[in-house]
Amino acid sequence: MKILTTPRMERCIGCHSCSFACARLVHKNLSWDTAGIRIGSSGGLSTGFEARTCVACEPAPCAQACPTGAYTQRKGGGVIVRKNLCIRCGKCAMACPVDAIYLDTTGEPFVCIHCGRCVPFCPHDCLEMKEVTPEKSARSEVPHDQRQL
Amino acid sequence: MIRDNFRILLVDLAIGRGNVVTLEGRDTFVGGSGLAALLYSKYGHPERPWNDPDQPLIFAIGPLTGYFPLMSKTVCAFKSPYHDQYAESHAGGRSALALRFADLDALVVVGMAATPSCIAVGSRDLVIKELPFVWGKDVFETGKMLRKLVKRGGGHRTMLRIGPAGESGSAMACINADTYRHFGRLGGGAVMGIKNLKAIVIEGDASFSLPESKEYPKVFQEAYTKLTGKDMMKYHDIGTPINMAVLNETKMLPIRNLQRTTDPAMASITGEQFADNVLLRNSACAGCPVGCIHIGFVRERFQKEHRYIYRQVSYDHEPIFAVGSMLSVVDPFQVLAIIDVSEKAGLDVMSAGVALAWATEAVEKGFISEKETIVPLAFGNSENYKQAMQLLGEGSNDFYRLLAQGTRKAAEQYGGKDFACVLGQEMAGYATGEVYFASQALGFRHSHLDSGGYSFDQKEKGKDLSKAIDFLVKDEQGRVLLTSMVACLFARGVYTDELLTRCLHSVGYTYLAENLGPVSRNVQQLRWKIRLASGFRPEDVVIPERFYEVETVKGPVDRAFLTGLIQEYAKAIRQLGTTAQ
Repeated sequence: MKILTTPRMERCIGCHSCSFACARLVHKNLSWDTAGIRIGSSGGLSTGFEARTCVACEPAPCAQACPTGAYTQRKGGGVIVRKNLCIRCGKCAMACPVDAIYLDTTGEPFVCIHCGRCVPFCPHDCLEMKEVTPEKSARSEVPHDQRQL
Repeated sequence: MIRDNFRILLVDLAIGRGNVVTLEGRDTFVGGSGLAALLYSKYGHPERPWNDPDQPLIFAIGPLTGYFPLMSKTVCAFKSPYHDQYAESHAGGRSALALRFADLDALVVVGMAATPSCIAVGSRDLVIKELPFVWGKDVFETGKMLRKLVKRGGGHRTMLRIGPAGESGSAMACINADTYRHFGRLGGGAVMGIKNLKAIVIEGDASFSLPESKEYPKVFQEAYTKLTGKDMMKYHDIGTPINMAVLNETKMLPIRNLQRTTDPAMASITGEQFADNVLLRNSACAGCPVGCIHIGFVRERFQKEHRYIYRQVSYDHEPIFAVGSMLSVVDPFQVLAIIDVSEKAGLDVMSAGVALAWATEAVEKGFISEKETIVPLAFGNSENYKQAMQLLGEGSNDFYRLLAQGTRKAAEQYGGKDFACVLGQEMAGYATGEVYFASQALGFRHSHLDSGGYSFDQKEKGKDLSKAIDFLVKDEQGRVLLTSMVACLFARGVYTDELLTRCLHSVGYTYLAENLGPVSRNVQQLRWKIRLASGFRPEDVVIPERFYEVETVKGPVDRAFLTGLIQEYAKAIRQLGTTAQ
C-alpha cells in the first residue's frame, strides 16, 4: 500500500502543477483548491511553500467523524471516498488535524486519495509515493509540528 | 471559465464601488493585449493626460489562462506617465491565475480614492479598504502589512503593490507583483499612485469544470511535456542571465552607458557566475513548471560584532545589465544589493539603472555635478549607486524628480542627449545592432519583447531594409497573438500557431482557433490605432548619437541602414494604426 508523501517541499517553487494535476485528472476541475494537495506560501514568497495534503492517518479522524460512511478508513492510512454518500456536513474537514480537506462553496469535500497522479507533474521531485506497512503508517507520517499531542 | 464574452470587474475608486460588466468580443479581441485595447477604447480617454483620475488601469488575462501551462501572464494597460501615451506592461507571478480563479477576464480601475486604499477582490468579494498607514511604506513592508490585513487566500492570491516611487508619480515606478515579478516598465506604479491606490489583492477562490472534449487532456499533456523539455532548459537552468556572456562575447552587451559592448571584466557577472555564487533558490509563476525566477541573496553586516541581515533578491538578464554592466558594477553581490534598493523603492530597475548610467557619464563630462546627484557618481562605485537609487526612488531633489520622468527629459534640461540611452524608454540589455535599436525605439511597448529584432540582428548577415521591416511587423503580430492569450513569451517556441490552434479547439474556442491570423492582425492594428490616437508620432522618433557609435561583432552600426529602418518602420506602424477597424 502506498501513500503520497511530501519529503522535499523545501524544493517547491510554487508552480501549483501538483494541485492542477489533481484537480484536472482526479476531480475533472480547473482549480488549485478542489484538489487533494494544495500549495500555500508560509508567510510570503520569501519563506517558501508548504503543501496541505492528507498525511495518511490511521485511524483517520476524518473517517471517524464522517456520519454517513462517505469517508472510510483506507488500509495503510488515509481514507476511501464515496462521494455519493456525502451529505456535505463538513465534519471531515473540521476533524482533519492538518487542514488537508478542502470544502468548496457547496460544502463538497476534497481530499487526497493517495493515487499519486500529481507526482510526475512536480518539476523538482518534491513528492513521492511511499510504500507503507500497516504498523508503520498513522502517526509516523504526521510531521512532528503538526501532531496533535 | 470558458465563455464567449468577457467578464470584467470595473471598480470606481471615487465612489468606492464596483460593477460586473459583460462585454462581447471574444472572437475579435481574444483577451490580454486585445482585451486591454478594447477596454481602453471603452473606458479610456486618449486625449486627456495620464494622471486624469478617470483614466483606467487595466489588468487583463487570456482565454487559455490556467487551462494550459505558461498561460500565466497578465497584461496591464494604462496611459503612461513616461510618454503620456497608451501603454502595456506585462507580468506573471500569481496575477494571471488569481484573476482566472476570481472569475474575471479583466479588472479595470477608474477614479481616485479620497484616502490611500487597497482593493481586495475575490470571486465572491470586493472590498475597498482605506490604508493611510501603509502610504509611504516600501514594497516589502507593504507586502508584510497586506498579509496581515488580508488574511485569506495565502498561496492562491496575488498582491500587486507600489512603493514610494509610485506614490511620488515617478515615470519609472513599477507595480510589484508578488515580490519577485513586476509590471515594470512605463510607469504603471505612478498610475496606481495617482489614484491613491497602494495595493490590489486578488484572491483566486473559484473552481471551474474542465472542458469535456477528449482532446483537452491530450493537448495539455503535449504542451506540458514540451514545456518541461529541452527547449525550456535555458530558462530552467541559468535563466535569462545566460545572455550576459553570449552578448559580451559578440560585442553586443551594453556596458558603461553603452560606451563599449564588450569587456573582460563582465566575466564576473555572467549568468553562470550568478548561478554558481549567489543563486539561493528558484521560484515560479503560478501555472508554470519551468520556474525561471532566480533568487539570489545579499548579506549586510550592520554591527562590527558579526551581526547580519540578509535579503532575497530576484535577478534576470535585464536587471544585471541595467545596474551591472551599464554601471560597471562587476560584483554579483553588489549588483543584487542595488537591485534590492530599487525593489524597495518600487522602481523599474531597467530604467533606473540606465538613467544612473547616463547621470554618471553626465558627471564625467561636466553637465551635472554633486550639486544635482547629492552623492558622487562614478562607474563601478556600487555603494554610491545604492544611495543614488534610493534618491531616485524618493525623488529627493529637482534633479532626481526630473530624472525619474525619463533620462531624455533630464538630458534635455541638463545636456547630454547624445549619450542618453533611450529608445522610446531607457534601453534594454541588447546592443545587437540596427534592427534591435529600431525595434525598441518604435515598438509598441518600447521593449525588447515587442519583436525579435535582437535575434534578427544576430542571425542576419545582410542589410535588407524591406526584409527587416517585414520581419518586425510579422514577428510583432505573432507576439501580439501570444500576449493576447496571455502566454509567457519564453514559451513562444512551444506555442506555435499549430499548437495554439489545437489548444483553442480543445477548450471550445473554435472561431479563434481557425482565425489566428486575421484576429491577431486586428489586435495588432487596434493597439497601434489607440497608441497613435493617444499622441504617438513614430515619425518623430530620434535615435541618440550613442547608438550610432556602437560596434558589434558585425562591425560598426550602419547609420544609413538604421536611419532607413526608423523611417520605414514608422511608415509601417502608421499604416497599421490607420487601417484598424
